[in-house]
Amino acid sequence: MTSDALITVDRVTFGYEASRTILEDVSLTFARGKITAIMGGSGCGKTTLLRLIGGVHAPNKGTVSFDGEVIDTRNREQLYRLRRRLGMLFQFGALFTDLTVFENVAFPLREHTKLPESMIRDIVLLKLNAVGLRGAAQLRISEVSGGMARRVALARAIALDPELIMYDEPFAGLDPISMGVAANLIRHLNDATGATSLIVSHDVKECFLISDYAYLISSGRIVGHGTPAELKASDDPEVRQFIRGEPDGPVPFHYPAPPVAEGFGIGR
Amino acid sequence: MNFADFLPRLGRWALSYLFRLGHAAFFFVELLKSLPASLRRFYLVVAQIHAIGNYSLVIIAASGLAVGFVLGLQGYYTLSRYGAAESLGLLVALSLVRELGPVVTALLFAGRAGTSLTAEIGLMKAGEQLAAMELMAIDPKQRVLAPRLLGGIIAMPLLAAMFSAVGIFGGYVVGVLMIGIDPGQFWSQMQGGVDVWDDVGNGIIKSFVFGVTCTFVALLEGYEANATPEGVAQATTRTVVISSLAVLLLDFVLTAVMFSTPR
Repeated sequence: MTSDALITVDRVTFGYEASRTILEDVSLTFARGKITAIMGGSGCGKTTLLRLIGGVHAPNKGTVSFDGEVIDTRNREQLYRLRRRLGMLFQFGALFTDLTVFENVAFPLREHTKLPESMIRDIVLLKLNAVGLRGAAQLRISEVSGGMARRVALARAIALDPELIMYDEPFAGLDPISMGVAANLIRHLNDATGATSLIVSHDVKECFLISDYAYLISSGRIVGHGTPAELKASDDPEVRQFIRGEPDGPVPFHYPAPPVAEGFGIGR
Repeated sequence: MNFADFLPRLGRWALSYLFRLGHAAFFFVELLKSLPASLRRFYLVVAQIHAIGNYSLVIIAASGLAVGFVLGLQGYYTLSRYGAAESLGLLVALSLVRELGPVVTALLFAGRAGTSLTAEIGLMKAGEQLAAMELMAIDPKQRVLAPRLLGGIIAMPLLAAMFSAVGIFGGYVVGVLMIGIDPGQFWSQMQGGVDVWDDVGNGIIKSFVFGVTCTFVALLEGYEANATPEGVAQATTRTVVISSLAVLLLDFVLTAVMFSTPR
């Protein structure tokens, strides 16, 4: 059975603690072979959504399905089988600091395959070449810059040719050149491998440049979705505020607080 | 604080401790289940024996020598009052092999290797390395924790043996070379009085138990650490405190059991 959607998030509600809900009744679908962006302000539940898809946490309500199979976080065997089909790029790379660049990319290959050393070497160098870091193979992780670390992590995430690649804030904290490099890489990798890509980010410009579809999340709800062109043309005030980066609007500048007069003890 | 406040507080405290103890027990069982997998990739264990064992050798040897010197001096002082100074070799050897070797080694191990294990695991957690492994469908308990546990269990008795051997040499230096006890008496009394099973065997059992305890505490604290600088710092401190207390308490329990079993 192959449907258009690789990942389906169906009416999911989730909170780390019972008292605080992070995602409230959200439904999303991620189309096979496409790049879908999940955008939203800091702390709106974007990364949590990735964790739910990776099966790190179980939703309080609703289901997450991977290729038609509902993810059950208690079923370790299924979880590990599904996880082998996905690659995740962590925000700061999450590289193994005791290994070299080469060994980091070789890690999933050594753990999950019984390939001979010569073949592992070829695959690792191919992946590193794809991110432009073949020459950096023997460097230690402490010797590479933030942008390079992100690319090494990308090479590691694609080492086993996953069907789904999840990017957690791939553009955060990168200089303009590295940012352009990262955006290009994501688009090219997606087109070359036919994988499904899922980007969590708050960089509107970069995301719109490379994604096929986008969801906009605000305080745990989906406030808008569509192709980048559709979102740009949206009249919804929340969507407009986010895309244009306006400081105040439906999403207020102030964190909820008592009235000013009361807070400063004046005017009584 | 009145009594009505005190009771629930005591209850909460007791419950949270019981909860943590139960959690630790579950964690221990999970680690034991991961051990066979790490035997299949023994090179990971060898790397840990190297990291935990070899790098602790200098501090273990230096401390063993110092303890041996002191045992030689103090032992001579006591024994010479009874005119039994020739038994110094036996006294030094028994004290080290049965008691001081395993215990002092375990205390040094907690400070030297335990802290570095906790900090390493805690920082791996803070850097999301463990989460990354988990998402690659690799169990960090199998890949990271189990080889370290096994490495610690293997390294500890070897380190304790080194400690005792160097300590006996220290006792020899003080007793024979400096004070002038007859070397024949020193060695022959030791040879005649130390039993392989009762004395050396007991010491090995002790250091094996301490090896499991210290390494497990260090790994648990690192794995459960809050992924912040303060969290890792607190976890490292707890490793030393809990391991040291556990070693001393277990030492009493083990010694009592060993004394009560008939020869």
